[in-house]
Amino acid sequence: MLFLIIKRILLGLITLFIVSLITFVGTEILPGDACTTYLERQAFGEQLEACYRRLGLNVPAYERYVSWAVNAIQGDFGYSLSGEMPIKEVLGPRIKNSLVLASAAIFIGIPIALILGIVTALWRDKLPDVAISTVTIFAMTIPEFISATLLILIIAIWLEWLPGIVIVPTDVSLLELLPNIILPVIAIAMIMTAHMARMVRSSVIQVMASEYVQMAILKGVPYWKMVFKHVLPNALLPAINVVALTIAWLLGGVVVTEVVFNYPGLGRLVIESISNRDLPTVQALAIILASIYVSINLLADLMTLMLNPRLKTLQIRK
Amino acid sequence: MKLDNIYQEEKKSNFAKVSEIIITMASRPSGFIGLSILIFHVILAFISPYVAPYDFKAINPTLMLQAPSAEYWFGTDDLGRDVFTRTILGGRTALTITFFGSLIALLWGGLLGIFCGLVGGKTDDIVMRIVDAFLSIPWILAMLLIVSLLGTSTEVLIPALGFFYGKGIVRVARAATHDVIAKDFIVSARARGHSNFSIIWNEIIPNVRDAILVEGAMRWSWMLLGFSSLSFLGFGVSPPTPDWGLMISNARGLMSFAYWSVIAPIVGLSSLIIGINLTADAFAKALGIDRSTKAPV
Repeated sequence: MLFLIIKRILLGLITLFIVSLITFVGTEILPGDACTTYLERQAFGEQLEACYRRLGLNVPAYERYVSWAVNAIQGDFGYSLSGEMPIKEVLGPRIKNSLVLASAAIFIGIPIALILGIVTALWRDKLPDVAISTVTIFAMTIPEFISATLLILIIAIWLEWLPGIVIVPTDVSLLELLPNIILPVIAIAMIMTAHMARMVRSSVIQVMASEYVQMAILKGVPYWKMVFKHVLPNALLPAINVVALTIAWLLGGVVVTEVVFNYPGLGRLVIESISNRDLPTVQALAIILASIYVSINLLADLMTLMLNPRLKTLQIRK
Repeated sequence: MKLDNIYQEEKKSNFAKVSEIIITMASRPSGFIGLSILIFHVILAFISPYVAPYDFKAINPTLMLQAPSAEYWFGTDDLGRDVFTRTILGGRTALTITFFGSLIALLWGGLLGIFCGLVGGKTDDIVMRIVDAFLSIPWILAMLLIVSLLGTSTEVLIPALGFFYGKGIVRVARAATHDVIAKDFIVSARARGHSNFSIIWNEIIPNVRDAILVEGAMRWSWMLLGFSSLSFLGFGVSPPTPDWGLMISNARGLMSFAYWSVIAPIVGLSSLIIGINLTADAFAKALGIDRSTKAPV
């Protein structure tokens, strides 16, 4: 068991190492380096030299990679190009803001998804299922920027209930932030809930069709007791992994949602740093987002391992 | 007699098989709706340049932000361009780029996945680690970086999208290959001394084709979503090309008093994505593949 956990963690670290290589090599082989892209037309002579010296681009690539990686492990990503601020300081408040947004969406989304998923599975092909399933298909297929735009149009402009655009400085306190995030949270939670509800639904349907549930029905176990004691524990376990993947996948979608609402989180930083051709920040962002993805998956793997005794023995036998 | 029957089964032409699948797809209401929407959009993409009532790039300051009328069905935008014209033309670029992009994704993802599944061992381990690493970088970050450094031309967008949406197919193709690889006919092909290439072509591809095609169809709708997000963020097609993502992003700032110019492209894009999604779902069900428990990877 311990061996398995260590193996998973090692695999995650290897993945992160490859990610760092990819982002480094990627920014290296694509035409232009940080200095020429940043300085554009003025990229010659003294200015270019100075920029190279400032970023340490005048040493061979592998040396740069090693020093960058060593610093990055300690949480120091160097300096951003445009703001001339340490990237660490730029990232701090952004990560906090994105975390607030994501955790709010997750805490609202997971319970709703569970209820919707279970209801649609138990009333499969009946009216509640058809109605909810239709809505979830719409919610999960429509692009984030469309649902966000529609939310602003209907709730902020036509009904005038909530502010449509977040106008707060990056380092705002949590209390001031809260009223501003309601619409962005709804936009993100909607898509996430739809994805998770569908997975819970099919997972529950699979378990309902299994032999031990048939057995419980034949034995005369009361319906709701059977649902809560036999079906749900078995149905929700496989859902953990899928939920983790969905959350991780939404990292990409959060970028777009944050832009629509002008929300000062990591996503908008992605767009800003790419528009400003700030390659050091882009590299740092790639590593951080990849670490989030890897750790969410790792966490889900470990949770399924801990919660499922069958999987434990199965994996060790392998 | 029995042997004859088996041969009859084999002789069914490809055309008959395909039409059978399409009929199965259309027999469910969701599949029928999806197929109709998709066919509508494909036909529209072909005929729209001939039926568009106005010039999509004709700027007319006197007609700025007109509400929908008999003359301008969906109103006009902030530059006085006809929104109806731009809406029916708006799906052509997206459809073309994502269609060819998913073909590329299907090809390289499918082949690499089959190869890894068949070869196994060290090669498989290394390739899968790299695929995992690419999966953990958010697609939008990578796409934005490529596009901002190499430009937004079709020659950049199609291979870049094809590459980034193919890595998920590698996993699916590999898993599907693992399922067939232990079967007797592969073992006997090996025993007959067939090469890896011949085993892939004659034994594996016919058996994993369905799973990969379904995955590719699904990728198509995700790629369309990704491509429109890029356009929306200003990193996709460049103006004045009519494109739904770009139109929504332009009209968004003015939607408090000119909602029509944002509603029309929203309906266009949403219906196309839902259409492709429903079609892919129906396609999976017609082939007997359940992908409802899969996460979007």
